[in-house]
Amino acid sequence: MILNIVKRTSRTSLNFIQIACRNLNSKIPVLPVPSLTNEFTSTVKIERNTIALLERLSLVSFDTDEGLNILEDSIAFADKILHIDTDNVEPLYSVLEDQTLILREDKVTQGNCQKEILKNAAVTEDDYFVAPIGNIPLHEVEVQTESTKLKQNEN
Amino acid sequence: MNKLTGYTIKMVHQAYSEKMLTPTSFIDLSLQRTKQSRDLNAFVCVTEDTAETHSIESEKRFYISKQPKVLDGVPIAMKDNFCTSNIPTTCASEMLKNFVPSYDATVYSRLRRAGACLIGKCNLDEFAMGSGTVDSIFGPTRNPWQYDKKKWRISGGSSGGSAVAVASGSCLAAIGSDTGGSTRNPAALCGVVGLKPTYGLVSRHGLIPLVNSMDVPGILARNVEDVATILNVVAGPDINDSTTIKKPFEPITLKDIDLSQVRIGIPKEYHCEGMSREVIDIWGLVADLLEQQKAQLEVVSLPYTSASIAVYSILNQCEVASNMSRYDGIEYGLRANVNSSTEELYALTRHQGFNKVVRSRILAGNYFLLTRNYVKYFIKTLKLRRLIMDDFKKVFSPDGGVDLLLTPTTLSDAPLYHEFVAKHNRDQCAFQDYCTQPANMAGIPAISIPITLSKNNLPLSLQLMGPPLSEELMLNVAKKIESLVKFPILK
Repeated sequence: MILNIVKRTSRTSLNFIQIACRNLNSKIPVLPVPSLTNEFTSTVKIERNTIALLERLSLVSFDTDEGLNILEDSIAFADKILHIDTDNVEPLYSVLEDQTLILREDKVTQGNCQKEILKNAAVTEDDYFVAPIGNIPLHEVEVQTESTKLKQNEN
Repeated sequence: MNKLTGYTIKMVHQAYSEKMLTPTSFIDLSLQRTKQSRDLNAFVCVTEDTAETHSIESEKRFYISKQPKVLDGVPIAMKDNFCTSNIPTTCASEMLKNFVPSYDATVYSRLRRAGACLIGKCNLDEFAMGSGTVDSIFGPTRNPWQYDKKKWRISGGSSGGSAVAVASGSCLAAIGSDTGGSTRNPAALCGVVGLKPTYGLVSRHGLIPLVNSMDVPGILARNVEDVATILNVVAGPDINDSTTIKKPFEPITLKDIDLSQVRIGIPKEYHCEGMSREVIDIWGLVADLLEQQKAQLEVVSLPYTSASIAVYSILNQCEVASNMSRYDGIEYGLRANVNSSTEELYALTRHQGFNKVVRSRILAGNYFLLTRNYVKYFIKTLKLRRLIMDDFKKVFSPDGGVDLLLTPTTLSDAPLYHEFVAKHNRDQCAFQDYCTQPANMAGIPAISIPITLSKNNLPLSLQLMGPPLSEELMLNVAKKIESLVKFPILK
């Protein structure tokens, strides 16, 4: 039984290659080329502290476990290339690294657009953008969301 | 019968000269077409009044001053991440739903200067993050091929709206953007030509940034010649974008070229796991056709390509995390209703303004950029990016290298909507962008050309890539392929 299956599989793949060779231009690779990426997928777990730090830096919250899973999955995907040797390779910041940037003359070419710029702001006062009080760091996001809800309810 | 899909820029101009059509009548037909095809959801907004004004200007130049410009009376559409003054530019996001730019993107102002008429702004994945045009606050864009109200295919993305607008005959050409394949992918799935120019050849000024080091404006049209006409109008240095290439742009010319002097590489790594048999078959078919035309074909290797999609994903998320920090609700865009503290306002605004995909990319990007991860992930991927670019440099080297590369654009024909959305965004992109994002990593030009229909009667396309600034040769070979395969027009 097992032998049968093995036989059948090997015959199928052979047939496949034969068919492929017969029909395909010889320059086209018949089978997928193995990837340089690591086939092994690591399991990533993010600590609570890191979650809070990322939320504070990003000013967006994970809101659900799904959000956290997506992050852990992204990291596991990234981990697949860490083993590739990059010793003595310089980082590439821009594909235009061998060119000089255009510098324009230090002259005013635009202006008188204060009204147009300000009209896209939801809240303005005279010629100013308006922000609430600063210097209050964002606390733990759970606490934050709760307090926000409370305030909205009070309103 | 949809006659509009049969037109080219040349034919329309010919018809204007002979007064078989006039700019105002043709723009009117285009606007009607946008209404008839409303189900496809290609447009975020149809700029009816603007288009009419533009077409009247074109008509005057055609018949009164008798000095028509190259794109007079040519209906075009812009992806809704290009700024257009006094016309909302939303990026298909709650964050910019009410944003009205006070200036034009360079690409748009150059098209206007050449007489083009804007018929609308096109749908996209929110902030161009996706490969399906399924994640937009305006709902998904639908592929016009084999369209059925109950069972329809995705358009591809993120410039899906632009591709569908062109494919369905609402306009002759559209502008998309291309960071990892966002122009070529929907072009491939919708059966139109999609060009990603060399990084720095076309200005990014006014294109709302996703990944600054890879973004380029893309061009979509139904044939190679129209793509070339648009490229000649929009390309070249721009004082407002310091990353444009300083060298003056030489307009490209299309001619009947002799392929016997052209060396074309088949990079073996582009046959990856999950590629459909039909895609491999058309790859072989076009290789045969090119050999019959005496082109010199050879197998080449770009070993780092297989790692490129993971490298791309890290760099994308890092640049997104940085780029998206500008959205805070104070100067423009959505502002949440909180007044207790600045940071709280920022956080709630961003929570309400961004979709799940955008938020998760910001969080992942900031993870890779943490002090303790910076070298491990970010610097590592920049080094790998150099290795990926060096692969291309070697393969295109003047001594013994090839002139162009021929590869598939996507791994399959257009997936059904419900099958596509069952996957996570990252998996969607990792699968769909495999063949396209290496060109963005290296900053090289690439073009997707429709080849034939699959057994599902959907477009299948291939991609040509070339060294930096090889657009002229690339478009000439693309035109040759186009004339050999005779891809059918969507009726």
